[in-house]
This record gives sequence, structure tokens and C-alpha cells, in this order.
Amino acid sequence: MERRRFLSKFISIAASGTVLSGFFKRTFARSSDYDPKNHYYGMGIQIDKCIGCGKCVEACKEENEVPKEPFFFRTWIERYVIKKDGDVFVQNIDPRIELSKEVFSESEILRSFFVPKLCNQCDNPPCVQVCPVGSTFKTEDGVILVDDNRCIGCRYCIQACPYGARYLHPEKETADKCTFCYHRITKGLLPACVEVCPTQARIFGDVRSNASPLGRFKRMNKLHVLKPSLNTEPKVSYSGLDGEVR
Amino acid sequence: MKKFIQRIPDALQRVLLLFIAVIGIAFLVRSLLPAEMKDAGIQMANTIELEMARPAKYAGSDACTDCHEEAKLKKAGYHKNLSCETCHGAAKDHADNPTESKPRLPRMREFCSGCHIYNPSRPSGFPQINTAAHNPLKACVECHNPHDPRPSTVPQECSACHAEIAHTKALSPHVQLECTACHAVPREHKLSPRVVRAAIPSDRFFCGKCHAKGAGSKDAPKVEMLTHGEKYLCWQCHYPHMPEVQ
Repeated sequence: MERRRFLSKFISIAASGTVLSGFFKRTFARSSDYDPKNHYYGMGIQIDKCIGCGKCVEACKEENEVPKEPFFFRTWIERYVIKKDGDVFVQNIDPRIELSKEVFSESEILRSFFVPKLCNQCDNPPCVQVCPVGSTFKTEDGVILVDDNRCIGCRYCIQACPYGARYLHPEKETADKCTFCYHRITKGLLPACVEVCPTQARIFGDVRSNASPLGRFKRMNKLHVLKPSLNTEPKVSYSGLDGEVR
Repeated sequence: MKKFIQRIPDALQRVLLLFIAVIGIAFLVRSLLPAEMKDAGIQMANTIELEMARPAKYAGSDACTDCHEEAKLKKAGYHKNLSCETCHGAAKDHADNPTESKPRLPRMREFCSGCHIYNPSRPSGFPQINTAAHNPLKACVECHNPHDPRPSTVPQECSACHAEIAHTKALSPHVQLECTACHAVPREHKLSPRVVRAAIPSDRFFCGKCHAKGAGSKDAPKVEMLTHGEKYLCWQCHYPHMPEVQ
């Protein structure tokens, strides 16, 4: 009898404890003064302004503890070289090394430019659809996040992303991706890449706001997104995007 | 009631008991499970909370102007739109704890050339240099103030470097002659004066263009080229920057 009473009491206390703690967590999360309903984030990128210096890549790795090896990126810069004979070369640049030793002779280049890339924070995200454990999801303010505690590292989302924006974090062994620096933007700061860009090639803001740098960018430029045929509806739009960019 | 139970076959009784036990255990387990394992909304809220709680490493440019006067000075020059942290690196630690943690102070050529080395992929209006020809081994900050960089002030007049010759020539009959009348000066000489030299006249007939009998210029002293010191070059006796008749 004694044992049964102990067990039943223990079970009821444990059950109410977990329920209560869940309840408190939920109320705590909602009690901060940031309201995601008032925001819907997007980014604009001006190809004509990017100088390929790689400050954004450096800052992103610093801010988000992305491994320093050149295989892991939340944002990266591609250098496109279109030669006069029609061949197209794409390099993922490491600015400190590769820009100083030029591999193309200037007479064979037809046109060339840099394309900064990052997660497009799609409105219709393929990565979210394929996740078998539901660990990646879209927040109310339009950012795709990954739950590190539930991600099983199966790499489905990495395969599904048409932009190659995800990678498997070698230490955490979970999928990792650009979050628009969610911890910064919810405090009113800019994402690290936007903060350090020396030529303002990246513009961050609310896609629904008109009176903002992003609103102006959207009014003043002819815009395009990457791979529009896939209906992923990216929230990162590009001005001056070349047809060769994939 | 007892009769009713007795009428149920023995085997079915056991199956029913088992069924009830399974359902009971299922309910028990469910009530024991923490709430965030049952509700995806709580899982997302927890992920968002974790993501928002991550510390920022870049303080943002507004944090600098509170203490640093020179940050206001930067508001005018070509670097006015650069965030302080573009060059000085992530400085949240410094903003929180100004005396103990200091941001980086990049003074190497390699740092500036990260943005300013010539590359055909860069937008054409962007100021770029050929680092091999542009004052090699000299630190950029010796000539350019990084908080207000000006386009290079290459000496327009030879006197900037050749002051002694300029002073001598100013007193001589050759004062009206441009340096370039006798010296062919390649453009590169201004960029790397010791590598690319200005030319000097090669023979005595160069001087003869003015000083030979019957030459065009009226007020230049005339000599008979064939008999006047024919085996010597003119400048072995006459110093061209202060030519006096010997």
C-alpha cells in the first residue's frame, strides 16, 4: 500500500511539474517585447555594388560560429567569369587567397561579377517540407529556423534546398543555415553581413515596409530572384542579376 | 454484473484486460511526457527563444559613436557608409567592456588590399590599385587616412621629389624648360620611381636641337657642333640644370 501511494504521488507530481514547466516556458517566450507579427523580413542584394571583399562571409562566420574551414558557409560569394568563347566559370571565392592570384587573362573575359548568396528564406520552403522530424520550420516573421535539439542530421533538407544554402555542422551534427541573424534582428540590429558590407550591396528590412531602405531598393530597381521556376518564392531579391547566375 | 462477466469467455476477458491495461499505460506515458514533446508550437517557441538568446558579437555602428569622436569625423569621407566593425572587427566585447577588450587595428597593406586590389570582377567605378606598382611595401595608412581616405596625391610636379634640382633649375637659363622637354617620364615613374626611371637624352645632337648653328631657338647660345668638343657629350662639361658657359 505504502509503495503504491508513493508511486501515484510521484507520478502525479512529475506529470504536473512537466506540464507546468512547459506552460511557463511558453508564457515566458511570449512575454518579451518583440512581436514577430509586426515583422516580415527580406533582403535585397545589389550585384553592381558587390566588390567581392568577403567581409560578409568573415563576419557571418564570426557572429554565428560557423566552422572556419572553407566548406561551411551560411553566406558565401560566388565569382562569375563569362569568357568570350561563352564558357562560364563559377568560383566560391576565398577573397584573401584567390583574388590576388588571377587565373583568367583580362583579354579573354567578356564580363565578370560577384554574387553574394545566402538562404533565401523561401515563403514556400522545400527544406521544411522534407524534414522527417519537423525540426525546421518557418517563424511568424518569415525566417526559417532549425531546432538543434530535434534535428537528427539526416541531410534531407540539405539535399532539398535548391540554393545549396544548408550544410551539416561538423560538431553539432545537425543541419545549419542562415537565420538572418535572428538573435540580432529581434534586438533591432542588422544581420552581421549587412552590418559590415562596405558598399551597402546588401539591404535588410521588412518586405512589407515602404519607408525603409529595402522599400526604396524594391522601388528603384528591376528585381529578380534565384530559380523563380521552382516556386519557392524567395524573400532575397537581386538587382542586376545576370542570366548566367544559377 | 458478476453473472455478465462470467458469461464472457475466459479468453476474451484476458484480451479485454490487456486492452484496458494498454490504454491505461498509453495515457500514463502521455501524461508523463513533457509538454514540448506533444505540442509542436512549444517546440518552435523554445527554438525561437534559444535562437534569440544567442549573444551578438557585432555591436552595430550606433554603439561606437557614443564614445568615439573620430567616428563622427568618418561621416564625411568616402568611407562614410562603412560600419566601424567592417575594419575593426566584431566589437561587442569592447562596447561592453571598453578598457579590457580592444578591437583590432588593421594596419597591414594586405587588409586594405582585400577591398582595393584590382580585380576585373569588381565594379569599374570602385577605387582599385595594382599593389605591385602602388608604393610597394609602404603601409596604406602612411598616405591615406582610413577614416577619411582621399584619392592618391601623386606629385604633379617633379619638384615634390626632385626639389634640389628644381631649385637649381629655377635660377638657370633653362628655367623656362619643362622637365619633360629633356626627360621622357613614363607614367609608372610616379608610382614606383625606383623601378621605372625617367629617360635622359642619349646624344649631343639632342642639345644641338637648340644650340647648333642655325637651330631654331633665337636666344639660345649657338656652337659649331662639329668642332665644339666633338668627342664629349655636352653634359660632361655643362650641367644641364645650371648650364653656364665655361
